[in-house]
Amino acid sequence: MLDLAQYESLGAALTAATERWPDELCLIEADRERERCRLTYRQFAQAALPLAAALEESSFTSGDRAAILMTNQSKWLISAYAVFYAGGALVPLDYKLNAAEHLALLAHSKAGVLVVEYPLWRAICQAEGFSSNGLQTVLVTEAPTGAELAGARRWEEVRGERQPEFRSRKRSDVACIVYSSGTGGRPKGCVMTHKNYLEQCRSLTALYPFWPGVRYLSILPTNHAIDFMVGFIGPFVCGATVVHLRTLRPEYVREAFTRYGITYMSLVPAVLRNLEMGLRARFAELPRGKKTAFNALLGLNRSLTRRKPRLSLSRRLLPQVHNAFGGKLRALFVGGAFCNPATLQFFYDLGIPVANGYGLTEAGTAVTLSDFAPFVPDTVGRPLPGIELRIVDPGPDGIGVVAVRSETVMSHYLDDPEMTAETIVDGWLITGDLGRLDAGGRLQLVGREKNMIVTAEGKNIYPEDIENVFEGLAVKEFCIFAANYLWPQRTMEGEQLVMVLRPETGQSVNDGFRSELTARNQKLLPYKRIGGYLVWDEDFPRTASLKVKRGVLAEQIRERQGRDRVLPL
Amino acid sequence: MRSLEQTTEEILGLASKHFKVPREELSPNDDFYKKLKIDSLQALELLTRLENHFGVELPDYDVQGVTDFRTLADRIQARL
Repeated sequence: MLDLAQYESLGAALTAATERWPDELCLIEADRERERCRLTYRQFAQAALPLAAALEESSFTSGDRAAILMTNQSKWLISAYAVFYAGGALVPLDYKLNAAEHLALLAHSKAGVLVVEYPLWRAICQAEGFSSNGLQTVLVTEAPTGAELAGARRWEEVRGERQPEFRSRKRSDVACIVYSSGTGGRPKGCVMTHKNYLEQCRSLTALYPFWPGVRYLSILPTNHAIDFMVGFIGPFVCGATVVHLRTLRPEYVREAFTRYGITYMSLVPAVLRNLEMGLRARFAELPRGKKTAFNALLGLNRSLTRRKPRLSLSRRLLPQVHNAFGGKLRALFVGGAFCNPATLQFFYDLGIPVANGYGLTEAGTAVTLSDFAPFVPDTVGRPLPGIELRIVDPGPDGIGVVAVRSETVMSHYLDDPEMTAETIVDGWLITGDLGRLDAGGRLQLVGREKNMIVTAEGKNIYPEDIENVFEGLAVKEFCIFAANYLWPQRTMEGEQLVMVLRPETGQSVNDGFRSELTARNQKLLPYKRIGGYLVWDEDFPRTASLKVKRGVLAEQIRERQGRDRVLPL
Repeated sequence: MRSLEQTTEEILGLASKHFKVPREELSPNDDFYKKLKIDSLQALELLTRLENHFGVELPDYDVQGVTDFRTLADRIQARL
């Protein structure tokens, strides 16, 4: 791989990669069974540089921000490289948000350029209050012939006339502004520097190296911190190949392993669980004799890999399983949410190591990762090289808030010094997650102190962000909390949101009200919905500026009401 | 060509059969995640079955945010 200590910016490192491995395969984009593109590093640069030239010929200058709003596809990476080459900072947006949320984040980030897929652009143009005021340039990909583009240009036709000039950046300059939440409430734009990413990349590849010939299967969108690092920067600075799959359909994910001979893949616990269910169903269908033989080999593999993974041995013992994964798989990475240890054990016993990690956008992706020395399923591994981790004020059981100090921790939250000061204290990032370290220095997560939940799909849900859906609800006031924040639990599974509502004097919470509540709840995507409500008979404590004092209210509720008082919706 | 009602009816029939929920318990405005007790990946499996049945292709982004049978029927109808 490249020696990243030599480079000042992501743009410089990516450029060096295109020059070092011009003829290696860099990127494959597959959509279901169709292959849409296949590029070498030279071809990747040839695709990106005319776009960089066009940016440079426009009013785009060093440090300007360009947002990318796309599903998982090759033009994401091509556009990102063009932006870095032209000295820009990237604003990766989550395509799963709605158009109003996209507009809010575009305005907050002050991005002057937007690269967007046509269906997403169409939705933005139709959103209430749409105005492209702040956007000087909008580049739309894959627009049908004759489509109305509302002043945008076709990405495929945007080509600069001159050879672009590489614009160098310093390590301390902004590389990306990544929103970890705050679409409906207070935007949390994590300002990440080039140094943050280069250092994260160094520490990850020290543990899990890539090299030319390695194929990484990318199913997470690249706006996701994990995919940006492990499905873009990491493989590229090592000359490896990224295979993009434009669908999350389980059958195509399974097929991609064999079709492309995948080496590594990152996924969220929900997808890993789906793979597990598929395998278990196939094992259950085996005829009795074969099942007995399979179980014997499984037991043998388990005992022979107790101390460390032995890939070639496992491939010989359980060829059918390994062939179903293409026969070249070395490890799966799982992160973004809590993963059940039993699922990790299931794959490990089959000879497929699943590296369980812990991280957060604010810390530049991963903080810890399993190293299989040996495999310990109920931990998220040890801190990565160069990352310091400590437990703040641990109780007698060793449990406390996890804090992180490292070159990978973000610079600050965009335009929010107050929240930055609450989150980064004396150089330590206070994560709000609760955990302890085992005797071997591995982190065990046990719960959350902050008011939020994370779904099995890896979605962070902050209660403040969904309250607007319930605005105007016929009660005096309401507030949404993570149930585990109100009533702390020693678990990160089955997290749920609850609404605390204060009726008007004399108002009863009747069927009509409940159906209104249910109807509003249904407007949210399933993973964002509240699971129940609690009726509270006092006015909420508020600040002088009339904001609900959530912490104080939570304290009052904790003292007076139990979790059993929550009524399901 | 099918009418929107026919398309909706066929979707409900397929969902009922595949996820073993009695047909009479399903109606077009139902939230299929809740009614069929499925997660987002199982919903993608349902889409694959619907694609095979109707002979259309539904890109993942086209059904992003769709949670009820009626809107799903609209999206399929638009591609028939």
